[in-house]
Amino acid sequence: MKLVIIKYNAGNIQSVLYALERIGVEAVVTDDAAEIRSADKVIFPGVGEASTAMDYLRERGLDTLIRGLRQPVLGICLGMQLMCSYSEENDTECLGIFEEKVKKFKPATDSERGSVAGGSGESAFKVPQIGWNTIYDLKTPLFTGVMENSYCYFVHGYYAALGRHTMATTDYVQPYSSALQKDNFYGVQFHPEKSAQTGETILKNFIAL
Amino acid sequence: MLTKRIIPCLDIKDGRTVKGVNFENIRDAGDPVELGALYAQQGADELVFLDITATNEKRKTLRELVNRIAHHINIPFTVGGGISSVDDVSLLLQNGADKISVNTSAFRRPELIGELAREFGSQCVVLAIDTRQEEDGEWYVYLNGGRVRTDIRCVDWAREGVDRGAGEILLTSMNNDGTKKGFALDITRRLAETLPVPVIASGGGGLPEHFAGILGVGRADAALAASIFHFKEITIPELKGYLQAQGVAVRL
Repeated sequence: MKLVIIKYNAGNIQSVLYALERIGVEAVVTDDAAEIRSADKVIFPGVGEASTAMDYLRERGLDTLIRGLRQPVLGICLGMQLMCSYSEENDTECLGIFEEKVKKFKPATDSERGSVAGGSGESAFKVPQIGWNTIYDLKTPLFTGVMENSYCYFVHGYYAALGRHTMATTDYVQPYSSALQKDNFYGVQFHPEKSAQTGETILKNFIAL
Repeated sequence: MLTKRIIPCLDIKDGRTVKGVNFENIRDAGDPVELGALYAQQGADELVFLDITATNEKRKTLRELVNRIAHHINIPFTVGGGISSVDDVSLLLQNGADKISVNTSAFRRPELIGELAREFGSQCVVLAIDTRQEEDGEWYVYLNGGRVRTDIRCVDWAREGVDRGAGEILLTSMNNDGTKKGFALDITRRLAETLPVPVIASGGGGLPEHFAGILGVGRADAALAASIFHFKEITIPELKGYLQAQGVAVRL
């Protein structure tokens, strides 16, 4: 099996590479079109800013290439957001694989934050969301063996709205898509490579698709 | 629901854990990778590795260590200690670190925070602040591991750091650190309530009640501790079980 991680200007690719290594899978990191096309599975990671990443992909023709892939593709974090139709982050047209739109979490103002009663352990929402949150209403084989309300690790200031491609939901400020799927394209907002055993199960499921 | 994070901290010198550890299943108690992996397995939400060697010739050792950690640990981890440039950070991230923390170097040259945030994103820039409450009741910033006092108030420096692009604040109260009598509730709460980014409380955690207090009334997003975990005074599963029973949202 040939697994390719798409190399571009957004991302902590090392973490994904090491996580795959821990589950016994070798991956090739490349931006070479022929290599990506010939892969059995493709991972599209990403940490960074949407418009810069999209510009980079367009300049190299990677946008058309990704849209045309027929093998299973897994977008992670910004990778998933770039597979959506549009992102509010610097008003960016994205790949349009999922019709869902990416919006900014509306942060609480200082006064709203101050007015929340203390003592309950409850904080007002901070942006970006950083930390462990639950995923529920799980669909697709990506979540085989993953229990409802399992914890995954999230770091993001923008979110994909709920839509018909939503395959997992998470609550932060409001419910949003923590996973999307359409045909051979899968996307997760959280970082499976940093989500302990749950993340490893999800990566193994993707490899087994 | 987003949960509160429990973060064990490992002090590293020459690639080894400095403070003693007291775990039966660890063959080599001084190996930070083995200890970190054990914490991850027990349910730690993140790990922080602070390199206190901080000399240039030891940097390669740190990079190699970070690389080993990244290979073996399946939760996020932060690396701090002696980081003063984009190049330093780039090397640590290439070796698999998820976040880095800056302290004295950022205070001496605040532009560093913006440079790192632009290059790598705010999500990977943790601003660590050591602070002490003095007789006037105000909390001041200290540098160089608490050895150098400044006239700058903690609240002002934290705000500036966030405005410059820090994605999290790691706040250590020197008054509380090492006492095991509880975290500094007032300054932590002041920062947690007024800053738009998460605040990690550090210094003074000795009992489960202290953690419930700082994550509850103290409003911290995360709590960090070192020796109580190393010496098994509190195990992570016990602590998290207690917190859940107290109504604090934790990952179990």
